[in-house]
Amino acid sequence: MARLKEHIASRTQKHTTTDLWGSAPYAVIVVDGAGTLVDLNPAAASLLEGAVRGSALSEAVPPWLANAHRETTESTGRSAGDDGAASPRPAFRGRIGARSFAAHPAPDRGGDVTWWLIDDTEQRLVEEELATERERTAFLAEASNVLLASLNTDRCMQVTAQLASRHLAEAAVVIVPAAGRQLPMACAVGGGTAVRTTVTADAARVPGLSEALQGFPPVPSRWIDPASLPDWLIPEGFAGPVGSAAVTPLPGHGVPAGVLVLLRSTGSTEFNENEEVFARLFAARAGAALSAARLYAEQSDITRTLMRDLLPPRLDRVNGVDFAGGYQPAAARDRVGGDFYDVHPGSTPGDASLAVLGDVCGKGLDAAVLTGKIRNTLQALTPMAGDHERMLRLLNGALLNSHHTRFATLVLASVRREESRVRLRLTSAGHPAPLVIRNDGRVEEIDTRGTLVGALPHVEARTVETDLRPGETCLLYTDGVTEARGGPLGDELFGERRLMRALAECGGMPGAAVVERVQMLASQWLHDGRHDDMALVAITAPLTTHLSAVDGHTRGRYTR
Amino acid sequence: MSTHTCAEPQVLGLQDRLWTAVTDRDEHAAAAVVLAALDDGIGAESALMDVIAPVQARVGLEWAANRLSVAQEHAASAIAERVIAALAHHPSVRTAPRLGRVTVACVDQEWHVLPARLLAEVLTLRGWQVDFLGAQVPTPHLIGHLHNNGADVVALSSSIPTRLPAAHAAITACQAVGVPVLAGGAAFGPDGRHALRLGADAWEPDARSAARRIADGIPVPVPAAGKQQTDDLPHLGDQEYTLVVRSRPQLVREVLAQLESRFPAAAAYTDQQREHTAQDIAHIVDHLGVALYMDDDELFTGFLVWTAGILDARRVPAASLKPVLDVLGTELKDFPRSSSLVDRAGLVLDALLATTGSRSRSLG
Repeated sequence: MARLKEHIASRTQKHTTTDLWGSAPYAVIVVDGAGTLVDLNPAAASLLEGAVRGSALSEAVPPWLANAHRETTESTGRSAGDDGAASPRPAFRGRIGARSFAAHPAPDRGGDVTWWLIDDTEQRLVEEELATERERTAFLAEASNVLLASLNTDRCMQVTAQLASRHLAEAAVVIVPAAGRQLPMACAVGGGTAVRTTVTADAARVPGLSEALQGFPPVPSRWIDPASLPDWLIPEGFAGPVGSAAVTPLPGHGVPAGVLVLLRSTGSTEFNENEEVFARLFAARAGAALSAARLYAEQSDITRTLMRDLLPPRLDRVNGVDFAGGYQPAAARDRVGGDFYDVHPGSTPGDASLAVLGDVCGKGLDAAVLTGKIRNTLQALTPMAGDHERMLRLLNGALLNSHHTRFATLVLASVRREESRVRLRLTSAGHPAPLVIRNDGRVEEIDTRGTLVGALPHVEARTVETDLRPGETCLLYTDGVTEARGGPLGDELFGERRLMRALAECGGMPGAAVVERVQMLASQWLHDGRHDDMALVAITAPLTTHLSAVDGHTRGRYTR
Repeated sequence: MSTHTCAEPQVLGLQDRLWTAVTDRDEHAAAAVVLAALDDGIGAESALMDVIAPVQARVGLEWAANRLSVAQEHAASAIAERVIAALAHHPSVRTAPRLGRVTVACVDQEWHVLPARLLAEVLTLRGWQVDFLGAQVPTPHLIGHLHNNGADVVALSSSIPTRLPAAHAAITACQAVGVPVLAGGAAFGPDGRHALRLGADAWEPDARSAARRIADGIPVPVPAAGKQQTDDLPHLGDQEYTLVVRSRPQLVREVLAQLESRFPAAAAYTDQQREHTAQDIAHIVDHLGVALYMDDDELFTGFLVWTAGILDARRVPAASLKPVLDVLGTELKDFPRSSSLVDRAGLVLDALLATTGSRSRSLG
């Protein structure tokens, strides 16, 4: 004991520098290589209550600081000979009592270490707050990013469940409103991929669920008794019993967006203040995304229904004659435009079918609506297809009496198979003349002429008849094809001559291949340039008279 | 090309019979070959991949070698298409979807539909619900479809390298709505390097391996905030691609004019010959453009070598490509990436002409 006191006394005398930091605003302690507290200033004495000179460091300070000292003396020992003062050592951090400190070591050559203990509690609190805030911002940015990316309801549900199960609870279930007892839902556990399912269940059996699904009256998020949870609400893979469950409505804008059910295995039935804000911000984003997706889905359903009859029909073999069609609307985003075609099958194989192809002036939806009207009118007039000119007169009258100010050009083709040949009656009403690809490679322009419909009180037209031998094709097309502007030099029209030259290479091709070839050449000619609507119909006399083995499902099998 | 694993005599015999039917433009005989094989128990996937696909590959090769006409090539494709449709209706083939949902589409302006069609059928056979959107799908339609119907993955097909910029637009758009993209088709290179360059989530060389990859699962891309298309291809910052593509008509016109002033023969061309020449030049400019877009010389030099082969098959001297490069080099001298690319292509062409030249001499 006496020896120790002596030792310390001598050390204390040696350290006259105490005066230099004795009044420093920070706690300072000096510890020797053996871990004994050699000296401390008044600030340190009041911080480390009960610590006196001579006490063992491990008893005077928390373990983290004692460990830091051991680490520092060991590394100083190793690097003995180096100039220890060259570079400042990194600080250690830890708590002393209720506050947080940074401990800066300053070893000297004698093996003692002077520790400066700097209170960084405030800084640490700010740092923690910043980290939380950053994490929240990053999560909300990710959530917005992922949720806004898709207008698909299923995907929005899955993403919402997945994110919620990663950040708000251990498992999450998203349920969206639906007609009847079928509940579409998505479940996720622990941030894993969400599973999309549909259950048949009564939402009213879960407290608060059916109100939240209706979206009105507004209901707050509520914690419910886990015992009242039906099995279908507990996702597969959720470990252990449910400790607590919350039903959170997702705010949709004017439409009910859905409900988020959060499941935890612990019994904590409260969000803390931070989580509460967080949950609300998340619910707002998820609700906005889900309601946007629902609106989009409803709108596209409506559009699809309204457009169904405006889309060009799929053409196939009718009464022993091959028909093929091709359609490219002017704008890539549109599916319909001002061009149209139809094939109305004859009621028996002996009756002629009527093929129609036309072009309403104008593009896009407005034009498409008028094509719908013309197509309906023509369908009603098919019994008169024996007299094309009369049909055109009636159509002209109907168009003049409507509020539409647009006019149309079209070509009518009555098509009847007779033995192996196909008989055609063709009438153009202000439309480019049909072209016939003969088996000998000639391309023939059919000389039918007539006035366009919907503009003048009287219309006239000349019908021309021709026959197709097996393998020959008659092509009806709209001027979008020939007026395609482009080519290697950028500003030339595709033109009728080029079309005829292209068709001359198509002798004996199936109609579908002719249509595709012309479409391909025209679109390559355009080379991404703008174009008008383009429509094509090929009428082909089949090469063989066999049963159609290939499309046995089409009506009008032809046997000889 | 036809790296089919199942080259048994039975399959080879079927290939020959289908080839004969297809080149005779006999749709019924073609359907009969395949349907009879199904009845004999060949298996629908094998019929698609070991019989129809190799025959279709052969059609492409024969056309390039000038042994099939344009009409025959189109007819063969149309027939193959209908045979596949007939196969899909065969009672032994129907499969109820039990796996996820896949959208199969061709890139905008891509007309070669068969590779995509084969994949769609193989996936259907393996139990996927497949939405087949067909040839040349504009990107807005593809994205609209994904919003409406969702998909676990989009399989995107492109066979022509000049469509790579369009493929890039489609890939980034699909990923932006959270759907991963598997790319396939000749356009992406024999090793798929263009697909990876464009950021596709996966690439596979054929329908079978693509189906396996889709079954293994392709992770959903996480849309990074503020990501832009040019992040994958930073060299686009020099705008040379845009400038070359935009000035395509002027470049073609200039090359044509220079050719006519240098070669009396070219000045005597008929309108139709002149147009063919203009179209060939336009193709060369297109491939120069896509090589600039991808920053990959091979796309340009490879095309020139291929064109030389085609010209050779059609008895046109490949040396006629040389002056085109000379004029392009002069016209594009202010664009560093373009002009050095044209220079390097000139060297490749010289080397090619030297070897073919020596061969023909030794033959002669």
